[in-house]
Amino acid sequence: MVSKVLSADHAVAWAVRLARAEVIPAFPITPQTLIVELISEFISDGDLDAEFIPAESEHSVMSVAVGASAGGVRTFTATSSQGLALMHEMLYAVPQNRLPVVLVNVNRSLGAAAGIWLEHNDSMPERESGWMQVYVEDNQEALDMTLQAYRIAEDHRVMLPIMVCLDGFVLSHTVEKVDVPDQNDVDKFLPKFVPLNMLDVGEPKMINPIVPPDYAMEMRYQLDRVMDSSRKVIKEVDEAFAEKFGRSYGGLFEPYHMEDADFALVSLGTATSTARAVVDELREKGKRAGLIKLRFMRPFPEKELLDAVSHLKALGVFDRSIGFNSYGPVFTEVRSALHALELPITDHIGGLGGRDLTTEEMREIFAVIERSSKGKKVKAVNWYGLRGEQE
Amino acid sequence: MNGTKDIGKLTLRDVPNKDYFLWGHGACPGCGVAITVKNLMRIFGPETIVYVPASCLVVFGAQYPTSAFDVPYFFTAFENTGAVITGIRAALRRRGKKALVVGLAGDGGTFDIGLQALSGAADRNEDVMYVCLDNEAYMNTGIQMSGATPFGAWTTTSPAGKLIHGKRRFKKDIGSIVAAHNVPYMATLSIAHWNDFVRKAEKAKRAEGFRFLHVLTPCVPGWRSEQSRTMELARLAVETGMWTLYEVEHGEPSVTYKPKRMEPVTEYLKLQGRFAHMMPDDIDALQKWVCKKWWMHYKDEVEAPPCEMYKAEKPMAHDGDPLHGV
Repeated sequence: MVSKVLSADHAVAWAVRLARAEVIPAFPITPQTLIVELISEFISDGDLDAEFIPAESEHSVMSVAVGASAGGVRTFTATSSQGLALMHEMLYAVPQNRLPVVLVNVNRSLGAAAGIWLEHNDSMPERESGWMQVYVEDNQEALDMTLQAYRIAEDHRVMLPIMVCLDGFVLSHTVEKVDVPDQNDVDKFLPKFVPLNMLDVGEPKMINPIVPPDYAMEMRYQLDRVMDSSRKVIKEVDEAFAEKFGRSYGGLFEPYHMEDADFALVSLGTATSTARAVVDELREKGKRAGLIKLRFMRPFPEKELLDAVSHLKALGVFDRSIGFNSYGPVFTEVRSALHALELPITDHIGGLGGRDLTTEEMREIFAVIERSSKGKKVKAVNWYGLRGEQE
Repeated sequence: MNGTKDIGKLTLRDVPNKDYFLWGHGACPGCGVAITVKNLMRIFGPETIVYVPASCLVVFGAQYPTSAFDVPYFFTAFENTGAVITGIRAALRRRGKKALVVGLAGDGGTFDIGLQALSGAADRNEDVMYVCLDNEAYMNTGIQMSGATPFGAWTTTSPAGKLIHGKRRFKKDIGSIVAAHNVPYMATLSIAHWNDFVRKAEKAKRAEGFRFLHVLTPCVPGWRSEQSRTMELARLAVETGMWTLYEVEHGEPSVTYKPKRMEPVTEYLKLQGRFAHMMPDDIDALQKWVCKKWWMHYKDEVEAPPCEMYKAEKPMAHDGDPLHGV
């Protein structure tokens, strides 16, 4: 193991190198580009034995990835925002064909009020595409999770693609100390990819033909069930990773001061670091604040979450995107999972379009949840850092 | 196929009888696509992997749980043939496997929605075979106009109306677009000229890098033609100059088949309901366009009586744009 000072983008590139990915189609988009730039350097210098395919669009990038994965090799690509949206059609060709492609999405706002900055409205709409989806908090986790992603995705009990999401700029372009594991250790942790079903000469078969209504519904059900069973594998891989490298992330989510908490926040991505600092402050003041770092949006840890929060008096959910005239997507998922509990749950929207989410705003978030825990009436959806009056 | 025989001496007799596109598919009787694919697959042989984008072929070639392809077959979407075959080929290269990776796309999937992925793959000179099965419209969705639809033709989105009489633009020259990528091999094929067909398919099979085969595939319901006249239409397309047989090897173009004498374009049009509404002015415009194409390919080497009346006209500078080169 060596320690390096790396941005999350470069940490991901190192993970791809260590995972020995073999086909890497790529198209540039900020803030992802640093990933594929460094990978192309690794390949050009002979440090990674792989094919770098500079496709002419993200749609073609995912099409190349689908072809390569169906051709039986370990495949990687990365994108952001508009690029992920352009891939949208092809994302749906991956899970139902049980192709374990690993995609890193560097979160960036999507669409008009255009910008290149952080928001989760690019990846959140893709949570129904059949991909597993995990959000990371720091650069070390970006590297570690990219490695784990291959082991989870390629597990024969799973064989599903996975999208590792990391916060644009806050992580992608910010350097931290990152421990880069030894190749030998990674090779032991991550076995060679063994495809279950691939296009091969001399083996006539069809992959993804037109499927009439007589069969398609069962295939949907199978996909739903295999996504459900991937929870177990995610936990196993987290444990195996901890054993090998000494770092555990808790699998589907990571609780913080939850055992005796009265009120708590569910957050994902880098907001978790800010929330953790505020929980520490509140604990010093004797307040029973807790935190759940949600990692996986798919599979969604419904049962596990239910156990973790059933003793609370109030729960808040942080969302870095908004469903217009609805709620943030994380809130929608969490409240749906906990509908049987008589627990006040509130939504807290902040940091949209790349706006800073400050510690002061996070203190406000916890203050609202605390008021809610004392039986006071609070708004269902609360925006932070917003100029002008809120309705 | 005899892999050592001089390509110029190959004939239809050299094509093996072993089929890899089998009976039982669901194509219409007289379908030019089915005839093309059946024969191409005989030439390509067992070490082939096929990708088919959205098209008639994806519907009539394979539907779960049956397939007419006796080789590995893959489908995902409409516009990505160039990209998916790139990925399959890359994977096989990594695994040290030899295989011919073939994309069988329609004209819409090539000329229009798939043009970008086609250009990307051609530009990277991917080691793949791209076949365009050109029936000159989006036939699978019910005969809508594409960039490949000829001037004047009726389709459901270029109706023969009171004001507008069928398609107003001439057929897009996809061959020139592909050739402009400086690819190792591109050729046009006709299912009525079998020796030429066999030689080009085999030459493409033996070549390395990006190969493009463009086949005119008459379509009975889309062209409003008779099932028994598919071959006749394919032949007439060449005899009238609506379809020309040529190849471009590493930038060097050559004509591979010269008709003995040009037939008037009306001989081709009158057998197809899609042209039935055409007025004399439009027929004249189409004939003139065909004559230009004819002279480009055959110079004055092949007699072209229908073009005599246009010979006296002053030749257009460059592409006809008065500002070009000014």
